[in-house]
Amino acid sequence: MADVAFQQNRAASAGNVRKRSSLRSALKRKSTAAFLMTLPLILLISLLVIYPAFYSLHLATLNKSMQRFVGLANFQFLFKRETFWLVVEQSCIFAITAVIFKALIGFIVAHFVHNIPAKGQRKWRGMLLVPWVIPPAMSTLAWLWLFDPSYSAFNYTLSFFGIGPIPWTGDAGWARFSVILVNIWYGAPFFMIMYLASLKSVPEQLYEAAAIDGANWWQRIWYVTLPMMRNIIAITTLFSLIVTFANFDIVRVLTSGGPLDRTHIFATWAFRVGIEGGDIPLGASVSLFMFPILAIAAIFILRDINKRGNES
Amino acid sequence: MASTAVIDKAAPTRPVKYGSMSRDRAWALRWSYFFLMLFAIFSLLPPIYMLITSLKSSAEISAATNPWWVLHPTLENYIGLLTSNQFLTFFRNSALVSIFVVTITMLISVPAAFALARMRFWGSATLATGVFLTYLIPDTLLFLPLFKMFAAVGDLTGIQLINRWYVLLIVYPTLTVPFCTWIMIGYFASIPKELDEAAIIDGASWFQTLTRIFIPVALPGLIAATIFAFTVSWAQFLYPMVFTTSTDQLVLPVGIITTLIKGDVFNWGQIMTGALLGAAPPLIIYAFLMDYYIAGLTAGATKG
Amino acid sequence: MADVTLRKVIKRYDDVEAVRGIDLDIADHEFVVLVGPSGCGKSTTLRMIAGLEDITDGDIMIGGDVVNDVPPKDRDIAMVFQNYALYPHMTVAENMSFGLRLKRYPKAEIKTRIDEAARMLDIVELVDRKPKQLSGGQRQRVAMGRAIVRNPKVFLFDEPLSNLDAKLRVQMRIEIKKVHQKVRTTTVYVTHDQVEAMTLADRVVVMNHGRIEQIGTPNDLYHNPATRFVAGFIGSPAMNFVPCRLEDAAGKLHIRLTDRLAFPLPPNRAARYQGVPRNEKLLLGIRPEHITEAKAHPEPGIEAFEVVLDVTEPMGMETLIYFTLEGAQICGRVNPNAGAHDGGPLRLAVDLNNMHLLNEVTGVVL
Repeated sequence: MADVAFQQNRAASAGNVRKRSSLRSALKRKSTAAFLMTLPLILLISLLVIYPAFYSLHLATLNKSMQRFVGLANFQFLFKRETFWLVVEQSCIFAITAVIFKALIGFIVAHFVHNIPAKGQRKWRGMLLVPWVIPPAMSTLAWLWLFDPSYSAFNYTLSFFGIGPIPWTGDAGWARFSVILVNIWYGAPFFMIMYLASLKSVPEQLYEAAAIDGANWWQRIWYVTLPMMRNIIAITTLFSLIVTFANFDIVRVLTSGGPLDRTHIFATWAFRVGIEGGDIPLGASVSLFMFPILAIAAIFILRDINKRGNES
Repeated sequence: MASTAVIDKAAPTRPVKYGSMSRDRAWALRWSYFFLMLFAIFSLLPPIYMLITSLKSSAEISAATNPWWVLHPTLENYIGLLTSNQFLTFFRNSALVSIFVVTITMLISVPAAFALARMRFWGSATLATGVFLTYLIPDTLLFLPLFKMFAAVGDLTGIQLINRWYVLLIVYPTLTVPFCTWIMIGYFASIPKELDEAAIIDGASWFQTLTRIFIPVALPGLIAATIFAFTVSWAQFLYPMVFTTSTDQLVLPVGIITTLIKGDVFNWGQIMTGALLGAAPPLIIYAFLMDYYIAGLTAGATKG
Repeated sequence: MADVTLRKVIKRYDDVEAVRGIDLDIADHEFVVLVGPSGCGKSTTLRMIAGLEDITDGDIMIGGDVVNDVPPKDRDIAMVFQNYALYPHMTVAENMSFGLRLKRYPKAEIKTRIDEAARMLDIVELVDRKPKQLSGGQRQRVAMGRAIVRNPKVFLFDEPLSNLDAKLRVQMRIEIKKVHQKVRTTTVYVTHDQVEAMTLADRVVVMNHGRIEQIGTPNDLYHNPATRFVAGFIGSPAMNFVPCRLEDAAGKLHIRLTDRLAFPLPPNRAARYQGVPRNEKLLLGIRPEHITEAKAHPEPGIEAFEVVLDVTEPMGMETLIYFTLEGAQICGRVNPNAGAHDGGPLRLAVDLNNMHLLNEVTGVVL
């Protein structure tokens, strides 16, 4: 008996010693493995996203041949140019108008799809999402052809109603309208899909309870649907605002910024100045103006993530 | 169908007004279909117009007949493009780039997502949030510094990166990996903890847990991420515009726009054919895997 | 097959001690149930035996070997989880054989074992189905099958029946007992349901606040609880507790419940409680089945008294009655024909031969 107890004690103390060391090494092994598994991701992000983001800050302070530090001279130069202020104005008009209409149309269409019998929803959803699936550079070509000055299919159709011909991409005002229209066409399906998913997640009992409480159709949307969808509306709008602000493909293909730089937005003008004009620092300075909107969005999203983290 | 929906909604509230409610519902349904039809026409107009134009000869296009109708359908545009070496090169470049990028993306993001979802380590939570924020940094902010960086790499090491299609294999993952990692974290995190504990007790290593339990169980998420990575790399326009210029290095979207649009001479029949062929691979994938496509689209925001 | 020993096992998460020093010896072939309210540390203890949680201090031995640092797969244990944790992409047969395939057992051997386990659990016709196609009870059987085919030293069950409906739970309880009678593998079973604990266990371990309150056979715990917690936890409806004190009157030891109600203690109880200070605050613990309708012929140790009932609950074979005494709600079990009705008076008898006396402050049964 004494012998057994002694052996147990020894086993116990030996176990303690071994446990301490092997536990630590096991933990170490596990987190080393985890670190190695995330290493490619970390390298990719730091080398090809974070570093260039800061590098563009540095680039913006160089002269055209990138040999001399010029401080804020690039920005001073930009602020004096009329085109720059046009770009700022157009970027804001473009992004805000397009996002508002995308959100509105997405919301309305999502409701229509949600309204019809479940059996047919898949088919309609499938058709309505097509604009989002086609590479935007390709679909914008079709719009360009639809807007063609001499062969425009739209003008052909409108001429039967005695309207037109409309200079879709030739006149500054119409060209601004056209790029926004194409952007809405491309982006509204994304909102539609997000809202539809979120509509489906609203429990049916809530609507039944609201109906029993005597809420009409409009009150049900205002007091049930919208509050339940608030999160998804906010995050989708934020996403879309970033993407639209940073848009390149549509404007580049449809108008290349013309006529007379009236449809340039930050991305297309940065490309024109930096790559086509060969002034990389000035282009970098232009593209940096997309940063504030990004920062604001990041703050909102971080707050949202933290809130969800706290709730769970 | 319509009447059953009516019973669901209206009957419990006001049985007296059953008839009028039902009529309201029927009208609401008719209006829904009417507006859906309008929106569907709006959505499908450009691709349909691509198809119509692609079937016309250049003579018919310049004759300015009814643009919505094909008088003499012809496949000459398709034959012209599909026998042109240049166009086939674009297609090959696009296919190679997309396939490689999808592979690279999955190899990076699946293990990373597994580590971030299951193996807590120092800084893992921050990294997960950081991955999501990276997804928000647009390509249009990074193309100039990246261009300068690659030019500098060429000068320093002699490895020519600019104007080579494979440079896209380096830059495209910056667009695909963060989002794919993010949605895979979501899918992996939704797998119950007991499942990996059962696997551990069954004697599986971490690697076996990933390959034999997590990947098969999260297969829908994996498919969604793959589709996302493919469509993004297939559609990307800015980076190839910036990094490639020689016609033999171009990918499809840039190739069509830079070679088929020559000065003021627009061969619209060929352009629309090229655009339609360029849009075809994502459209075909979408037609067959729509549910995965939509799952991937919504997962990013709802799972976050 | 092996015995399991826990020596002063402690589990600490940051500042919280989930398990505060547990000593437990489980013999070979034994079926031991850890029972307690949620958060009592029973699941953590089981998971430490499985190796899913590191132990902060102490030792765990399986078959005489200290396994503190041994990873779960080398401990030769099998576990059945609360939500079954079946691999959704594998068929039943693949689920059951996964562990064996990882260990590269020969195919023929795997097949024999699956057939044997499937027959034992009556799931032969299900082996090619996916978990999605199974009902809750069938999934439970598969989860057990997965444990059985491994032929481990120890079975660990983590609340395996709590996701099943009441009827199925009773059925699976019997099933588990049958399986244990056949394979005789040492089993540690965690549940919060005291009925499950009583019906399944060779020995029950009652846990509370990370400590073991009492270890014993089901009957032992029922009839001789050591603490107020065990006395109140085991048995349904639960044991009644009434504030009381001891008093000497007419040369006999009495227990006084209220100003008007006091009973003389039967001789064996009187002898046991002789040394208890008379002014100490005590609790009378008495199970509902020892409060019944009064019989015509008084028996020794059974004392009659009058109450006004609050509520009655007819159960068919008996009627549960509730009344209030000194602010405490008391439950009794009477014959359906005893004439009990809501708000009515009833003459009851309390069997003091089966009473317990507890210290009100420490909760220790005297």
